[in-house]
Order: sequence, then structure tokens, then C-alpha cells
Amino acid sequence: MNDHTTIRLLKDKVFRGTVMFLACFSMLPLLLILYYITRNGIAVINWEFLTQLPRPIGEVGGGVFNAVVGTVILIILSSILSVPIGITAGIYLSERSEGKIANIVRLCVVVLQGTPSIVIGIVAYIWIVAPFHSFSALSGGVALSIMMLPVIIKSTEETLKLMPYHLKEASLALGVPYYKTILKVILPTGISGILTGILLSVARITGETAPLLFTAFGNQFMNWNLFKPIDSLPYRIFYYAMSPYPEWHAFAWGASFILVVVVLGFNLIARGVAVKWKVQF
Amino acid sequence: MDDACSVNGIAIQHLNGKTKAKDVPVKSIIDKSERRFNGILFVAALFVVVLMLAILLTLIVASIPAIKTFGLTFFWGTTWDAAAEKFGALPFLLGTLITSFMAILICIPFSLSISIFLGEYFKEGAFPAFLRSSIEVLAGIPSVIYGLWGLFLLMPIVRAIETQLGVTPHGVGILTSSLILAIMIIPFSASMGRDVVTLVPADLKEAAYSLGATRFEVIKNVIIPYARSGIIAGILLSLGRAIGETMAVTMLIGNSNFIPKSIFDPSNTMASVIANEFAEATGITAASLIYVGLVLFLVTTIVNIIGTYVIKKVALEASKEVT
Repeated sequence: MNDHTTIRLLKDKVFRGTVMFLACFSMLPLLLILYYITRNGIAVINWEFLTQLPRPIGEVGGGVFNAVVGTVILIILSSILSVPIGITAGIYLSERSEGKIANIVRLCVVVLQGTPSIVIGIVAYIWIVAPFHSFSALSGGVALSIMMLPVIIKSTEETLKLMPYHLKEASLALGVPYYKTILKVILPTGISGILTGILLSVARITGETAPLLFTAFGNQFMNWNLFKPIDSLPYRIFYYAMSPYPEWHAFAWGASFILVVVVLGFNLIARGVAVKWKVQF
Repeated sequence: MDDACSVNGIAIQHLNGKTKAKDVPVKSIIDKSERRFNGILFVAALFVVVLMLAILLTLIVASIPAIKTFGLTFFWGTTWDAAAEKFGALPFLLGTLITSFMAILICIPFSLSISIFLGEYFKEGAFPAFLRSSIEVLAGIPSVIYGLWGLFLLMPIVRAIETQLGVTPHGVGILTSSLILAIMIIPFSASMGRDVVTLVPADLKEAAYSLGATRFEVIKNVIIPYARSGIIAGILLSLGRAIGETMAVTMLIGNSNFIPKSIFDPSNTMASVIANEFAEATGITAASLIYVGLVLFLVTTIVNIIGTYVIKKVALEASKEVT
């Protein structure tokens, strides 16, 4: 009997040890990735790297300024396209949460969220690149905005659903019209959740490469024209990583470092917003 | 909502009664804004549905030439030859299946450990908080960076292993891609698993403890069986991610359009072949690649819908039991 108990306790200990080992072991890749990016990235990064255009292979120096600018343009463009629709659709889902249409919309959001980014790239190509006969920043923005949309809708819906009902009732009881109640009472109260959702969706698309491969494409030069191909950080990393030149590999690490800092920065800000601007009830 | 509006309407009518008929249009103005507001909400919601249908329709219409030419033989054709205009997607279907299932197999012990660790052993404290935020960081790193990292760290390691084993040392291939995929989906499936594990009602666990069960026995006989469907759904959703993952795999799979003979061979997945070839494709080649994209879209959609549905059901049942 005593033996039996010992074996059971031993099993418990072994299991506990295995779980802890495996859980900690899975942190190893993270540490390695961060270590590699920091070590190889910081070595390349200087003022020149951030402010100059890429140079052809063989020439020393150059930077990724156009990729940084391109990424910013793409983020702004896709936010303009997706944020208004996303928030409005989110309000719809939270206000009319019962009913057939809401369920269908919700299903579509799930499908959109799960759609592989490369497929969205194909669709943006067919919709915009093919008719214009040119890769363009606009098509990249459209592809990325389709990726942002489900995240924004979901976070808006979930934030607004958590709003206490007496808030709305109080506003309506004062004779404020329904639409004003939503726009001036409910929406500002939930702004932290909505902003968090937007920031997280921006973080998600900042690092996306697959939908840009045949939409925004990539461009060695500075470009401000939305109807011409535009560079982006993830694309530049991909391009440099797949090249056979060690100098370009080093540049890829530098660009990765910037990208990781930007993406993690967005995540951090999102969390800060969620904590700081949260309205307590 | 209609109730709310009518309550409003009455309130305003009452006001108007006091200030005489001069302000009557106020009600109709508000009604108009109300209607416009509702209309805008509805249009935005409809837009999402239309967008989803438009994506599906676009993919179908654009792949019609390939569907007409190859039909269902597309799925078991083994040659992908742009010059001969002969396209069969079996190599990519196999590549996707093998890489994503291997990735899931590698991922399960780790993600399950993390979910049990965070959901049962250490719910609070500094180390679990660190682990949780590391998982979030890991989930936030872009896929192209995983690819870059895999190219310069994972690939030499796999190549060394291959040399040891005496197979052709490609370095890139199915094994390398599966490893990077596993690393990429661990955070996602771990956080889903943690949510499900924490949903297990405390009274069930306490009942088992009161009978003298060890923690291992509670996990094995209470938590895992209770959380089973949720865990499976989490694995399904991770599978959906692995199937659709593009960049890291494209960089590490070696881009070969033949049926792989072993896990060390270079191959191609559905996503990576599109990434590699679509930009230069025209005519029937492009249509065939879009056909591949359509299949990819349908597969991930089905996997995702099933996974999401099961997760929702699990959460609903848990909330019922608590109340």
C-alpha cells in the first residue's frame, strides 16, 4: 500500500518536472530569436541605415529609409480603409447581437480572420493590380486593410458588449436620441478597448509580407505615388534574406530589428492604452 | 432597440407639445438621423458579408480556366510544369499536409505543457507572468523574421543532422519548415489551451483532491477529459494557422515541385508555391495557382469554422455550469 502511494507521488513529481521542463524549453526559441535579432541587428543600425536608400550590391552603405516610409504609408492607408468600416460593423454586432444577420456577419468575420494572408494577396492582385496593370501601394493597402478588418470588428464588438446597460438607459432617459447615445456616450466610454483593437491589428499587419508580395511588391527607390509599387520593411527583409550576399543578410537583420521594435512597440502601446484609458464602473 | 427609439419619440413629442407646433420638424429630423444611423450600421455589417462573398467569388471566377481544364484531376496530378502547361497539385497538397501535421505533432507536447503550467500549476506570480508575456511577444514576431532566423540558425543545424544521418544535406526542406511552423504556432495553441484549462470548474478538481488524488491524477482524470474538446478545437485552429502560414515556410521549404520522398527533401506547400510563382505567372499558370489558393481558402475556412464553433460551445457550457 505504501509502495503504491510512493509510486503515485513519484508519477506526480515526474509529470510536474516534465511539464515545467517543456514549458521552459519552449522559451528557448524566443530567447534565441531575440538574441539573434538584437546582436545582428544593432551591429548594422546607425543613422545612415535609417535615412538612406538601398544601394546596389558592391557599393558600401545605404539603408532602408524607403522601406520605413513605405511601411508607414501602408499602415496609414490600410487604417483609413478599415477603421471606419470596422468600428461601424462592430457597433452593429454589439447593438443587434441577436438575429440571423448578426450571426452571418459573425461567421464572415471568423472566415476573414482565418483566411491565409497569401490568399488575400491574390484577391487584391485580381481586384486592383490586374485592372491597373501595375503593382501599387494602393493594392497593398487594400490587402492589409482586409486583414485588419476582422480584428477591429471583433474588439469593437467585445468592448461595446461589456458596456453596462444602465449607461445607455441613463442617456436614453434624458431624452438623448439613440444614435447620439451610441456616438456620444457608449463609443467614448469604450474608446480604450477599440483603440487597443486598432493598435493590435496595426501590429498584426506591420509584419505581414505575404499579401504584399504581389500587391505593393517592393521598390528600390523612394516612392510617394500610391499607384506605383512601394517598399515595405517585411518585404525588404524577405528580399535581402533570400539574396546570396552576406552584406544584404546583415541588412536583413538590421531591418528585422527595426520591425520587431515597431511591432512590439505597438503591442506595448496597445496594452498601455487598455490599462490607462479603461473606464471603471 | 425599437423600444428605445419610441420612448425617445414620445419624450420629444411631449416637449413639442409645450413649445407649440413650431418645433415639430425636430422629431422628423431626429427620426431621419436615426434612420440614417441605423442604415450606416447595416451597410457596414453588410459590407463584411459582401467582402467575404466577393473574395470567394473572385477566387472561383479567376480559377475557372484551370477548373475547366483539369477539373478534379488537379488533386491527384503529380506534375506541375509551367512550360508544358500541365498542372497537378498533389505535391503541394502533400507538402502542406506533411508539414502542418508534423508541426502540430511537435507543437502538442510543448503547448499542452504550457497550458497546464499556466492554467493549473502556476496561475499567478512573477514567473508565470513572465512566461505569459514571452508567449505574447513570441506570437507578435512577424513570420518573415521567423523565416530569416530559421534560415541562419535552424538550417545549419538541420544540415548538420542530415550530414550525420547520411542523407543529402539540403538544410532546407520539410523537416526545417515543420520545426519553424511548430515554433510559430506554440504560442497561439498554448494560449488557447490555457483558456480552456482554466475553464475547468474548481469543484470538480476539489472533489478529486478530496478523494486523495495527486495533482497528476487530477490533471489526467479530470482536467484533460473535461477540457478535451476545447483542446482539440485549439489544435484545429492552430492547424488552420499552420496550413495558411506562408513566409517562413516559403523561405525554408526549398521550393521543389516534386512529391517529397522523405522528410528531409525540399518540397512546396500550397501557400509557398503561390508566394514563389504567382508574381510571374500568366494565363493558365496563374489560374492554376489561384485554383490552389481557392483550395487553401476552403480548407482553412472549414478548419477554422469547426474550431471556432467547438471553442464557443465549450465556453458556453462552462459558463452554464458556473451559474
